[in-house]
Amino acid sequence: MIAALLSLTILASLLGLFLGAAARKYRVADNPLVDKVDALLPQTQCAQCGYPGCRPYARAIISGEADINRCPPGGATTIRALGDLLGRDVKPLDSTCGVETPPMVAVIDEGICIGCRLCIKACPVDVIIGAPKLMHTVVERECTGCELCVPVCPVDCIDMIDIETDISNWRWPAPSDYQQRTAHG
Amino acid sequence: MAEGIIESGRFPGGVSLPAHTEESTKEPIAKAPVPDTVVLPLHQHIGAPATPLVATGEQVLRGQPIAQASAFISAWVHASTSGTVVAVENRPVAHPSGMTAPCIVIESDGEDEPYREFEPIENYAEAEPVVLHERVRDCGIVGLGGAAFPTSVKLNVPQQSVETLILNGAECEPYISCDDALMRERADSIVRGAEMMMHIVQTLHGIIAIEDNKPEAFEALRTAVDALGEARIDIVRVPSVYPEGGEKQLIQMLTDKEVPADGLPADIGCLMQNVATASAVDDAITLGQALISRVVTVTGGGVARPSNLEVRFGTLFSDLIELCGGYTEDISRLIMGGPMMGFALASDEVPVEKATDCILAAAAAEIETRYDEMPCIRCGECARVCPASLLPQQLYWYARAEDQERLQHYDLMDCIECGCCAYVCPSHIPLVQYYRHAKSEIWIAGQERIRADQSRERYQLRERRLERQEAGRADRLEHKARRLKEKGRDPIQEIMDRVEHRNDDSGDSS
Repeated sequence: MIAALLSLTILASLLGLFLGAAARKYRVADNPLVDKVDALLPQTQCAQCGYPGCRPYARAIISGEADINRCPPGGATTIRALGDLLGRDVKPLDSTCGVETPPMVAVIDEGICIGCRLCIKACPVDVIIGAPKLMHTVVERECTGCELCVPVCPVDCIDMIDIETDISNWRWPAPSDYQQRTAHG
Repeated sequence: MAEGIIESGRFPGGVSLPAHTEESTKEPIAKAPVPDTVVLPLHQHIGAPATPLVATGEQVLRGQPIAQASAFISAWVHASTSGTVVAVENRPVAHPSGMTAPCIVIESDGEDEPYREFEPIENYAEAEPVVLHERVRDCGIVGLGGAAFPTSVKLNVPQQSVETLILNGAECEPYISCDDALMRERADSIVRGAEMMMHIVQTLHGIIAIEDNKPEAFEALRTAVDALGEARIDIVRVPSVYPEGGEKQLIQMLTDKEVPADGLPADIGCLMQNVATASAVDDAITLGQALISRVVTVTGGGVARPSNLEVRFGTLFSDLIELCGGYTEDISRLIMGGPMMGFALASDEVPVEKATDCILAAAAAEIETRYDEMPCIRCGECARVCPASLLPQQLYWYARAEDQERLQHYDLMDCIECGCCAYVCPSHIPLVQYYRHAKSEIWIAGQERIRADQSRERYQLRERRLERQEAGRADRLEHKARRLKEKGRDPIQEIMDRVEHRNDDSGDSS
């Protein structure tokens, strides 16, 4: 009886120690669900949701602090994906956060730019290049279209322009609006 | 040489379609005149667009490289006649979007003077395979069966991995007869091209597969193979079933082996090239001539004299229609490609490029009268005819629901867009349109995902940088405070003293 108690106690404490050590060594900094939610967000980092970036918003969703319908750039697609992932009800976009717009990029009017660096500081993804009192420019290919640089510009030289559809990003239209033009069907 | 006849279909599905090729094969291939201006798109192939090597005002010769391959999967573009580059700009191209794309425009000087940098290779069998391979790349050869995949990339297979080189002469889509005409007239060039490619990939077995509705082409190739005394190449007659010309379908027909869904023909020891590609390889090696022209079928009830024409790239479709006697009164729609896989064009002012196999000026009676789409009755005909063994009906529901995950799970990406399912659908559902739409949505979503990942990385790097800067400053401040404290004096008082001292100094000097 004592031998059984003793051996089980020793076993339990050893395993406890092992599990404790493992939990410490392999500790995950964030809830792994945050990663999954973050992966579904568009990474515009625009802060329209009221949080300073996509990951903070993902954390707020997981902690139950924020709803899933606060991301205007992601729009209905993202809300649906988040609803699927988290088993929450899909609802329309919260209009207090903004409206769903087509993707855009920022362009600096280089003739007007005074080189104040305010937009460089505001850019959440570091895609504005420039130095004090020298012209700045946006790396268009990497711009997320978050618009955070627009309000900070003291000379209002930043415009948001639509990303043009050309042959490289053209998509086949859905059949319903395509009745007239194809070879078969 | 061995001859083979395969009687029955070994790939699943498929449909029998009327060929409609007699009209365009009555006369031999005619040479279309070189136009005054040629418009050469930079993106005539699968892969990255080529980068221009010439600027406005430069003189170029026929066959001179004017744009270079810009990535591993890309192809060179050559001037299709001699003359002056008058523009490098966006022009309308043959694309379902009807949009413009970057093109090099050359005004012909009428001399058609050739570029002589590519030396003819007289005896290919003695040349190193790599030399021939480079020639194929430098001459800008791409698959001429319609997909325009760069041939040199396709020939880039692991050593000894190819047992059989298959030349695709099936040409299964109705109305298209450019390969048929080429096989009849230039069979020896095709066979030589096949031998050269066999030499490049170091294989000892070749097959030329021809559908049984092209007896003249079959005879011509048999004569050519006999004349060359070529014992390594078999000529195989295959039954006419659409879409037999599909790479995976023809391989399955010939070898009874299936190319894996995410694999390549090389995985089962095969390499397939189109017959016209073989002829282009022969021209590049024996004549040192870059790919600057191809045979194009201009046909359909909407054009007066259907025919096959050898056309320089950059010639406008409208010029070819003119050459064929112009449009008839019946013209209803202009299609690039065949009636099954082609797409309608908004304008005929677009240039012939490497992928242009057929210009179909369809009369109203030739294309299906448009029916309204009716509900799916779940008859299952679409699944029966699908040559890729997919479930078109399931794909249809998921495409309607825009469920990208399930579409991929049901292998939408293996759909070859042959159109058999839509052809047999009793409810006239334009299935392929749903699939094409869904495929491009999936592709764009993938691109957006890649962009989002990059943005996330940039955002995280910035956050870390800001944290680092903040932590560094806090450290420095702390360090400074400690150091001053160690000296045993009040740091603020010390600085005030110094300032005062300096003020005294400056007061003295003035």
